[in-house]
Amino acid sequence: MTTPLLAVQNLAVTFDTAEGTVHAVKGIDFTVERGRTLGIVGESGSGKSVTSLAVMGLHRGATVTGSAQLDGTELIGAPDDHLRTLRGRKMAMVFQDALTALHPYFTVGDQIAEAYRSHFGGTRKAAHARAVDVLGDVGIPEPARRAREHPHQFSGGMRQRAMIALALSCEPDLIIADEPTTALDVTVQAQVLDLLTRLQRERGLGLVLITHDLGVIARAADDVLVMYGGSAVEQADAEALFTTPRHPYTRGLLDSLPRLDAAPDTALRAIPGTPPSLLAPPAGCAFHPRCPAYAATSDTRCTGERPPLRTVAGGHRSACIHDEVTA
Amino acid sequence: MTTDTAVLSVRDLGMTFPGPRGVLRRAPGVRAVDGVSFDVRPGETLGLVGESGCGKSTTGRMLVRLLDPTAGQVSFRGQDITRAPQRQLRPLRSKFQMIFQDPFASLNPRKTVQQIIAAPLRAQGASPSTIREEVRDLIRLVGLAPEHLERYPHQFSGGQAQRIGIARALATRPELVVADEPVSALDVSIQAQIVGLMERLQAELGVAYVFIAHDLAVVKHLSHRVAVMYLGRIVELGDRADVYERPAHPYTKALLSAVPLPDPAAERARERIVLLGDPPSPASPPPGCTFHPRCPKAQAVCRTEAPVLAPDTPTRQVACHFPEA
Repeated sequence: MTTPLLAVQNLAVTFDTAEGTVHAVKGIDFTVERGRTLGIVGESGSGKSVTSLAVMGLHRGATVTGSAQLDGTELIGAPDDHLRTLRGRKMAMVFQDALTALHPYFTVGDQIAEAYRSHFGGTRKAAHARAVDVLGDVGIPEPARRAREHPHQFSGGMRQRAMIALALSCEPDLIIADEPTTALDVTVQAQVLDLLTRLQRERGLGLVLITHDLGVIARAADDVLVMYGGSAVEQADAEALFTTPRHPYTRGLLDSLPRLDAAPDTALRAIPGTPPSLLAPPAGCAFHPRCPAYAATSDTRCTGERPPLRTVAGGHRSACIHDEVTA
Repeated sequence: MTTDTAVLSVRDLGMTFPGPRGVLRRAPGVRAVDGVSFDVRPGETLGLVGESGCGKSTTGRMLVRLLDPTAGQVSFRGQDITRAPQRQLRPLRSKFQMIFQDPFASLNPRKTVQQIIAAPLRAQGASPSTIREEVRDLIRLVGLAPEHLERYPHQFSGGQAQRIGIARALATRPELVVADEPVSALDVSIQAQIVGLMERLQAELGVAYVFIAHDLAVVKHLSHRVAVMYLGRIVELGDRADVYERPAHPYTKALLSAVPLPDPAAERARERIVLLGDPPSPASPPPGCTFHPRCPKAQAVCRTEAPVLAPDTPTRQVACHFPEA
């Protein structure tokens, strides 16, 4: 077995706040292979974004434990200057809001050229030419002219493309995209998703796609990790997750989704209650206060310990004690 | 179209925002909404969908006179309210209400839930004992408990706060509620709760909704009829089945095909119409049909002549020179 591109083990992130310690991520495991897309899906507060920031070493004031190895190199606890040589060059990030992620004062071309020179050196001229190239690669028309413009002169979709260009400029192996299309209109979202998946396939990148949108996951992800209350509750390949969801939360999420492909007047089955507070999480399984399986059984195991993720079928893992192993 | 039975009739509604003031003169205005006409029937849901900048929220605000239209007419139950002075509007206000996207921004943080829900009743001059009783009924109606009444908005989750906004909107037993993106700020699992609540309330109270959203799946789920807007105009308006199953406007078709389905097999098999470019700015709309620069079917006539919204089937109107058969 070869080393996976990204191997995350028992990653935990806590924040100390005035009201107490917040366990934002409670020990999750996943791997990302080259040429594959891992979708991480969850609602607000599920820990999906904190996970990506921890991997990138971009957390502020958080305590991170566990391990995240990029191509065999440990990232957790690595010194800042070492991480700086990896960020951009080996792993890069695409954020939701390009207007805040890009610097408003510098031209788009300058920002890409600066990132390129910080890793590869070379002349300003060569770096600028590289910036124009990558802007062209992501489908920005007239890249030479647009490289001399500032982010505010770009439309939302073009800005997102520019940020993808910035992420690609130093040819990283891994890209983490955190809600990359959430702020975009649906017709532009389709363009940007197509671009991301095409680049990922052509360049054999490992892609971590973080989103709350199950449709985006279905379109772009090979493997899926479902997070709830800071834990991974289900992990499977995309096909299996959507056809045979195992965890009651995943099932509830799919049932509560209004769908374009549903027969008219299909009732939505909402999940009762609200997502857990991270400051005072429920004991045991974080989902049990909203779970139909717990409501039906009042099983004390649900309120006892947090159920671990275990294999329930080939390549399919679920963290529910009510989930019978099928294969 | 039977105007006499409509709760709300809108004719040729337009909104032009003044352009920025220059050194010598004002820049030309931004035509955010242009020639919008539709009826809302009692107890139905009319969905208003479109991408950002299409004018759907501006339209919604004009329907309840939170914005004064610069052209056209809004009639409530046959009575023209477009230019009615606020004093004349006040007794009618109880009959049309609004729910907003951000439940926290639309609830006064310094008032208790009791005070928030009571405000519209007080404005209508109800007696204190009636108000107390009504508020307790309303809070139960939206799935919260009377003990929540003494709390402040920040003590609630987003979904609960939206329930309070709904209770306030329903306090005066309105015939029409305009809901502007009421679930888009909420988590997926909470969205379904609020959508379900709105459906139940419509069945129980017979209230009509104008449901404004960018999420085509939510609009499909809730609406009886749907209007699709693009750059300030309605490009297609019809029964849900017409618009979703047999879209006639190329924009509607492209919009529907762009929505990712939560089904990997269907996603792979699907043929998508990927539109080029971004929606143009309403400040400088293209000539002719405003959709022509992105339209896969555009011909010469589309570049010069704006198509009018005209009936295509008995249950649908479309504004296109070359509608889908």
